[in-house]
Amino acid sequence: MERPLTNHIDKGREPLNLAEYERVGGYKALRESLTSLTQENILQLVKDSNLRGRGGAGFPTGLKWSSMPSSSNSPRPRYVIVDADEMEPGAFKDRILIEGNPHQLIEGMIICAYVVDSEIGYIFIRSEYTLAAKRLKRAIAEAYEKGYLGFNILGSGFNFELRLHISSGRYICGEGTALTNSLEGNRAVPRHKTPRQTESGLWGMPTLLNNVETLCNIPHIVDKGAEWFKSLSKCKDGGTKIFGVSGKVKKPGAWELPMGTTIREILEEHAGGMRDGVRFRGVLPGGGSTEFLVEQHLDVQMDYDSVQKAGSRFGTGTMIALDDHTCPVGMVHNLESFFARESCGWCTPCREGLPWTARILKAIEDGRGEPDDLKVLESHTKLLGPGRTFCALAPGAMEPLQSALKFFREDFERHITDKRCPWR
Amino acid sequence: MARIYIDNVQYEVPEGQNILSACLSLGFDIPYFCWHPALRSVGSCRMCAVKQFRDENDARGHIVMSCMTPADDGTRISIDDNDVREFRAGVIEWLMINHPHDCPVCDEGGECHLQDMTVMSGHVYRRYRFKKRTYLNQNLGPFINHEMNRCIQCYRCVRFYRDYAGGRDFNVFGINNRIYFGRCNDGTLENEFSGNLVEVCPTGVFTDKTLRKHYARKWDMQTAPSICPHCGLGCNIIVGERYGSLRRILNKYNHDVNGYFLCDRGRFGYEFVDGPSRIRQPLSRHDGDRSDGSLKAVEKKEALDLFKGISMDSARTLGIGSPRATLEANFSLRQLVGAENFCCGMSEHEERLVSSIIDILRNGPTYSPSLRDVEMCDAVLILGEDVTNVAPRMALSLRQSVREKPMEIADSLRIPRWADASVRQAVQDEKGPLFIVSPMGSGLDDIAARTLHIAPDDIARLGFQVAHEIDPDSPPVLDLPDELGRFAAHISAALKSSRRPLIVSGTSCGTLSVIQAAANIAWSLSRTERIAALSYTLPECNTLGLRLIGGLSMTDCFQKVLSGEVDSLIILENDLYRRAEALLVKGVLAKCKHVIVIDHILNRTGKESDLILPAGTFAETTGTLVSSEGRCQRQFSVMPPAGQTQESRIWISDVMAALGKDSAVNYSTIENIASEIAREFPVFKDLTEVSPPVNFRVFGQKIPRQAHRYSGRTAMPANVTVHEPKPPDDPESPLSFSMEGYSGIPPASVTPRFWAPSWNSCQAVNKFQKEIAGVSTGGDSGKRLIEPLTTENGVYFSELPEAFNFDNTKWVVIQSFHIFGSEELSSLGDSVSQRIPNPYIGLNGDDAASLGKDNGCMAQLIIGNVSLKLPVRIIPTLCSGLIALPVGIPGLEGVNLPAMGKIMED
Repeated sequence: MERPLTNHIDKGREPLNLAEYERVGGYKALRESLTSLTQENILQLVKDSNLRGRGGAGFPTGLKWSSMPSSSNSPRPRYVIVDADEMEPGAFKDRILIEGNPHQLIEGMIICAYVVDSEIGYIFIRSEYTLAAKRLKRAIAEAYEKGYLGFNILGSGFNFELRLHISSGRYICGEGTALTNSLEGNRAVPRHKTPRQTESGLWGMPTLLNNVETLCNIPHIVDKGAEWFKSLSKCKDGGTKIFGVSGKVKKPGAWELPMGTTIREILEEHAGGMRDGVRFRGVLPGGGSTEFLVEQHLDVQMDYDSVQKAGSRFGTGTMIALDDHTCPVGMVHNLESFFARESCGWCTPCREGLPWTARILKAIEDGRGEPDDLKVLESHTKLLGPGRTFCALAPGAMEPLQSALKFFREDFERHITDKRCPWR
Repeated sequence: MARIYIDNVQYEVPEGQNILSACLSLGFDIPYFCWHPALRSVGSCRMCAVKQFRDENDARGHIVMSCMTPADDGTRISIDDNDVREFRAGVIEWLMINHPHDCPVCDEGGECHLQDMTVMSGHVYRRYRFKKRTYLNQNLGPFINHEMNRCIQCYRCVRFYRDYAGGRDFNVFGINNRIYFGRCNDGTLENEFSGNLVEVCPTGVFTDKTLRKHYARKWDMQTAPSICPHCGLGCNIIVGERYGSLRRILNKYNHDVNGYFLCDRGRFGYEFVDGPSRIRQPLSRHDGDRSDGSLKAVEKKEALDLFKGISMDSARTLGIGSPRATLEANFSLRQLVGAENFCCGMSEHEERLVSSIIDILRNGPTYSPSLRDVEMCDAVLILGEDVTNVAPRMALSLRQSVREKPMEIADSLRIPRWADASVRQAVQDEKGPLFIVSPMGSGLDDIAARTLHIAPDDIARLGFQVAHEIDPDSPPVLDLPDELGRFAAHISAALKSSRRPLIVSGTSCGTLSVIQAAANIAWSLSRTERIAALSYTLPECNTLGLRLIGGLSMTDCFQKVLSGEVDSLIILENDLYRRAEALLVKGVLAKCKHVIVIDHILNRTGKESDLILPAGTFAETTGTLVSSEGRCQRQFSVMPPAGQTQESRIWISDVMAALGKDSAVNYSTIENIASEIAREFPVFKDLTEVSPPVNFRVFGQKIPRQAHRYSGRTAMPANVTVHEPKPPDDPESPLSFSMEGYSGIPPASVTPRFWAPSWNSCQAVNKFQKEIAGVSTGGDSGKRLIEPLTTENGVYFSELPEAFNFDNTKWVVIQSFHIFGSEELSSLGDSVSQRIPNPYIGLNGDDAASLGKDNGCMAQLIIGNVSLKLPVRIIPTLCSGLIALPVGIPGLEGVNLPAMGKIMED
């Protein structure tokens, strides 16, 4: 099985430096892009590859790139931003990619910038990712030195500056427009969705935002073609995906596997199944802000459409498993406290609603729950739904709660009637 | 027009609005918090949710925020749908989680937008059972009270203070549900418009600290429409009274003038009305000379007898009017003493400048813009004015005008202008061209494309050159230094490429040629097929009106006294010590056999008079003022003058009657005076139409100054009498001093308050507008007196001043202005006085160094006969060779500037 993204990643050693990366075929795609491919060629390639955004929403990457306005009648500079502010509970895939092979990301970014005719790029990285930032900084310096970044790259006339921005660390910065505000030095509050960022984004200029993992795929698509990329997958979405598992499994970790691998295969083969003595009860398939799937869903393929059909979201593809030794109320409380803390405070439902749910969950967990509490929680899963809040944070936060109330309702009720947590 | 469907009924609304303002304009009630008609939409509070349907077959619909959704043709929404009602109730429930239930002790109670919206949204029972969030409050200075626990995080305050008013010392801090609105540390809010937070805040976080000292509920206040007396702009205000004392000033929406906002001088400058300088009783001198200040209270009858006696004893009496008194009072005085004996009470220098301004506005092709027009201008040149300190509310309008040109960016991205956050994110720091050429820095420098600090004569020369660059027929400045020439070319290019250019100048520099240069520029622009606006700031609330009446100059007046031609003076609401040098004034007063003062505050002139008649302040006076725009507006008394006080013009008409003058009857009512003025001065032909006539009634009823919920009317005087007295009559206006009367929407000029069923807060103004943020339902008040002469080109001024040449000994002393301190009446209030700077001698750093002075050292300045010993204040932006003197602030009056001055060696 091919693992293009992680092929050259070895946790046991420093990542490939520029020369080593070139030796294993690195920057070949960039060279080819700048010397023998047109921007249209590459864009078509990305479209044909069926690559979908790996940040969580799964928007087709080629389509996103082509939504950048034509450079002849829009202002400059045009920006390309990589969202490396990975903060989804349970997710650590971007960290693996940056720490393991920073040049892969840089190469993907330069190609992306070339295609959308951008001259300035930012890598917006989570402040806790110190090792990743250190390695990126070194890699960027190497790329500048070699002439892959800067003025007139490889004699093509294409210029591209790349800057690393270390974020102050907020979950909301995973929301693309909040990231943009933060990068401008403003409060990390989301922006209204119109105009689109591609029209008016960073400093009011056309801006394209991509996830780390998405861009890491680009050099390989350019190098080996769209058909090859599609052939990696077990479904119609192209490529491989880094899947992760955390929770009480035997071997928590992350693995690059074909898109469309089943949850069962990931959990049982790659994560080694549940630890001895504990039983599987459910899984958040795409990270903390996705809905629980349970036993009956184990054969669902991990791809955007299948997971959605099963009633959850593919998200980041990094799952959190729940077992029978862990209190689901406590787990959901942990998540809701996180989301309440990370609310930016801009819109009322999220700012006031999330802390209320977190407090109710805490009360239930502590044996102070009241029968009407579940009604309040249920009303929140509805009132904090999509379209009612300013951005997707609160609707995402409601997903684990809503599904927990569906699948583990008797556990909530037992807490309230017994006035204590059965797991404590 | 766009056709939209609200709950399946079709309506037509103007294109380009959002659903919220379209629905509010149609009269629907949709609750909202973060949206504000002037601050526009950001979509944070989620209160104004409605359900939108794709078409008539869509039965499910989806929830949208009405403030963020365009009301395009074919839009289908429901306000009443169960889902949105439930959601809106949910939003209130969330906001109420932490809101303290302290309405009974909250200053906002009874006029709280949060209360109104809570009732409107139907949330009733509390389900939240955990602890509430609490905050520490800050001391924000003498004007604003801070109570953060009440905050519902609508972000309006920070959006007004920073985005709209350009303030820097206030912000939003924290995240999640620990958001905090305030300053970094305790301290006075520095922005000149901080008082608007009181009205912008939908609940009781920011409340009026001056009101707190003598609090009354909105419904318990008797209110009246009035005009701000603290500068020449004529902002509309609502004055509130209870128990005979003035309680507060609120903004009165006038689409053309102040819109939704006032400056802090206008809002908080009212305290002089009940301050210690107020005169409540006629005062008369018995024996003794004038300097000992021994004045004794007398009764009204005795005062009139004394007046009569003085008149009999006088050979010739001059009347001195006042730019801070109404047209009617000034005109009455003029009729009492005769036109040939009426002096308009400005210094001769000021009068010359104002006359020139009037001539320019009346005889040229440019128009004098309203503040609304100012906001729409897309290129601005300020010539010699410190707008923030002289005409503060205009500075707020200019701050909006620099957003006009960059709106093109938003338009090109098809962002509706009401989508405030999106517009600002697209526009970023782009600003339209605003140039400031002045002697020193000003509060608008931060938004200026370029500023230049030069001496008044050079300002004029630069201005003349700008005009010449625009139209070669305008006289050139031949020996202008290259740098100034290039700047002039740069300015003229920007003005020429704009659609609605604006030139702002005025009397602050005290230099005629600056005023003329501004006219030349505006006229030259008018010859290039665009409408040029020309705005001159004027120092006082009726400067323009008074000058239109005209009269002797102060110098003539003094001359006549000193020569013995005149032996008596009647001085109306005017402190001569603010108009001329103390020595001169003292001499003039001493020379007079009799001096009579009609005023409401006891000033130095009053102390040296023989008889003082206690007048009403703006709060007790009905009359007309003419703003610097040339807009004639009427103020209405909010309470009858108490005790022995009377409006100035009533004193004058009483005196006329006592003297047996035939014309007395003509000057007994405001309408009679107005028609007399209109008859004598054609420019005032519309004066009688400024507000509805005295006999105006709606359904046979007057318009009550008291709310229908006004409480305690019977009990208020119970300590004096248990019988409820008859409410006082108001024969001078269609308003009554009572609760009874028409409670609907009267004509705008006589609207005493904004209140509508379910809308108890100031946001009720929505119900008084034809469309949101548009013209008032009752038509906007005021009549413009001066319109441009489109047939005239204006004859260019050609008298160019010499270039400023500083020779290190003769300094040019110019006046510096302070929003708090430079105006006479507001400075007498307790709260404003805390913000007044101490007198100083302002010098540029290099100049101070050359004199061996540092910040704070004492220096002696000689201007003519005046010698001043004051601390030096370094003003880094002040043009070298100039001295800035804050004449007008308490303790530093009676110096006419500009003048030559000399700093004495130590």
